[in-house]
Amino acid sequence: MSEALHGRTPPPGEEGMAARLTDFARELRVEGVATGTSELLDALQALGEISWTDPDAFRETLAATLAKSPEDRRVFELIFERFFFHAAEAAAVREDVRESGPSTPGGDGDGFQEQAGDFDVEMLRQEIARALRDGREGAMRDLARLAIAAFGRPDEGSGVIGVDVQRIRRRLGLRPEPHPDLSPADPRRDGLPREGLRRFEALLRRELERAQIERTETLPASRPLNELDRALPSGPAQDLAAVHRVVAQLKRRLKTQGQEHRGARRRTHVDIRRTMRASLQTGGVPIVVKERPVRPRRPEIYVLCDVSTSVTSASVFFLSVLHALHDAFRKMRSFVFIERISEVTGVFERERDFRAVSEAIARDAGVADVSGYTDYGRVWKEFRQQVEDDLHRRATVIVLGDARTNGRDPRADLFAVIAREAGRTFWLNPEPRLYWNYGDSVISAYEPHCEAFECWTTGQLEDFVKALTTPRRGGG
Amino acid sequence: MAIMSVTPASAPDLADRLRSTGYLPGESTALVSFLATRLGKPVLVEGPAGVGKTQLAKALADVLGRRLVRLQCYEGLDEAKALYEWNYRKQLLRIQADPGTAGEAAGRAATWREVQDDIFSEEFLLERPLMDAIASPEPVVLLIDEIDKTDQEFEAMLLELLSDFQITVPELGRVEARTRPVVLLTSNNTRELTEALKRRCLYLWLDYPEPELELEIVRLHAPDLGGDVARKLVEVVQLVRELDLKKPPSIAESIDWARALLLLGARDIDQDTFRETMSVIVKHRTDLDVVAERVGVKLAARSANGAAAGG
Repeated sequence: MSEALHGRTPPPGEEGMAARLTDFARELRVEGVATGTSELLDALQALGEISWTDPDAFRETLAATLAKSPEDRRVFELIFERFFFHAAEAAAVREDVRESGPSTPGGDGDGFQEQAGDFDVEMLRQEIARALRDGREGAMRDLARLAIAAFGRPDEGSGVIGVDVQRIRRRLGLRPEPHPDLSPADPRRDGLPREGLRRFEALLRRELERAQIERTETLPASRPLNELDRALPSGPAQDLAAVHRVVAQLKRRLKTQGQEHRGARRRTHVDIRRTMRASLQTGGVPIVVKERPVRPRRPEIYVLCDVSTSVTSASVFFLSVLHALHDAFRKMRSFVFIERISEVTGVFERERDFRAVSEAIARDAGVADVSGYTDYGRVWKEFRQQVEDDLHRRATVIVLGDARTNGRDPRADLFAVIAREAGRTFWLNPEPRLYWNYGDSVISAYEPHCEAFECWTTGQLEDFVKALTTPRRGGG
Repeated sequence: MAIMSVTPASAPDLADRLRSTGYLPGESTALVSFLATRLGKPVLVEGPAGVGKTQLAKALADVLGRRLVRLQCYEGLDEAKALYEWNYRKQLLRIQADPGTAGEAAGRAATWREVQDDIFSEEFLLERPLMDAIASPEPVVLLIDEIDKTDQEFEAMLLELLSDFQITVPELGRVEARTRPVVLLTSNNTRELTEALKRRCLYLWLDYPEPELELEIVRLHAPDLGGDVARKLVEVVQLVRELDLKKPPSIAESIDWARALLLLGARDIDQDTFRETMSVIVKHRTDLDVVAERVGVKLAARSANGAAAGG
């Protein structure tokens, strides 16, 4: 692929829709959306059937042919915005279309200041607040430009768009909290909708980016989408909706996990009774052979979760997920630990809310003893005391923790005994693999005895749940 | 050609027609359905249970003036149930009913060939939904419902059908579609479908509708319900969907609830009405507790206000 062909600012008149779409598909692929040639052909064919003047129809058509799962669709939206915004700007630079007005730096910084001076800033603030409250997209865009003209002077600009956006937002005094002391007519009195604020920030960002492209006449390098965008919720009060989404999806997936592997390893027995019954229809000739159904595997699970401060939210989230999936397991017991362990199975039966569970565990579990630092050696010992008789070959033990012992003895020998007694042992580490075995992390001591996974994005969590519900390697 | 089928001219046109049959489509729903009729590609419709995936197929059949052929998928569905099956009983009957000219060896051989040709003819073929849709002389709408419930082998079998619209029957040869059916596959997303299948389909994600659209739907199906009650009903249903329930209420259940309220003559959804009728939208015992606790409480405050205002 030659660089010239797919360069950021191609010469005019050389690219048709097909070439543009190919570029677009390449950006999708970089983000992990599998778009094949046949999908591209479909997209082109579909575009022939609709009018291109309606931006929504255009987008929906591309989405229907290129993005074929909810997750893909989310990535699609982000890429679509970025790609066509950049394409439009590149075309503007090529055709030398410029916006007249204050956002172009012309060396007239003084005139500018004057302009911002007699600008009624309070009025602008009120107007923006009103537009946010009513959710008027067009007005918001115009006001974002005005705001940049008023506050975003190039000599003050930091050059980093994110910083500029926050600076302008601060100067505008836009807050989601209500201000009861303002007059009733003021739109800011009841606080501004968060959704609107986010939208306005996005518009500011876009307008600043536009100005920058105009100034430098090049497009910024397209960065990969933020991986954290897809990371597991880590803050205790973080987006609960995201948690529910993940749980709901996992639940559905897990319900059918057993079946997926059924076809490949079908070793059923002929059900003589049902076969004979069916043969009555054909005069006693057993033409249709009936088989006994295969029941999906339902493991018994023991979960051990570190809830020391470094990994609390990941653990509680993980426990919530497992308990939401409770139906899929034959039996499940969960424990939390820091210096000692405590069984919390009951908490999850009572509480259904993620946050309530967090609080209940913090209040009742009483797992911190003196130092508040994780003591793995003691944890293994206490775990064996509590479940010793119960552990057998068909049980699965899952440990969630960062394996940071704070310098204490990891007691891998005790862990090995547990792993030997249980059928399968998993270790989930909420730290990226890059940090494993650095500092006081001793995961390498445990790794020989269990299957270790890194687990800090929803995708990794899903991979793990898949591994958990598929029959063990070699053993089955 | 005396076919009564209608071809929509554009996506908004199709949206209007769908609306006139009582199905209120979202914007992308109408667009993707329109593309399906124009490109002759199957559509994979995914989304939570009860958002009108199956209903969409019915409405489309209605609008396009086509017959709806439905294949309900389930675990263990096989070709015999989906494509075709030889009618064994009839074949046995045929063989027994015609003993041929017994005694003469040459005659028997000829008869055997005859019988063999005969019992593997279309007369003894039981057409199952997929074959029915392909062989139908008029164009149809084919609905393959809950494809995610079947095994992957079945999905693989569908590929031939979905890309070339043909079925191979070993004894008869290839059966090709005389007309192109509009194919809808629905899935509740309980398992990831294979890439190969997805590649052949257009994709439509149907989610729970926005409050305004749901209000419109409820109004359409329970026109006698007061405007305020309908609005409140939609608000409550949307609140309930936010909770982590085993089974969130579907659109069909909102409509059922609206009708139940209508029968009871409810003027307002207060705590008592809600407690009595919430089993219409929430169907699990544990869910009932959660909903009563989280949503019922919110209504209590409102109802107290209402009572105070009322006297």
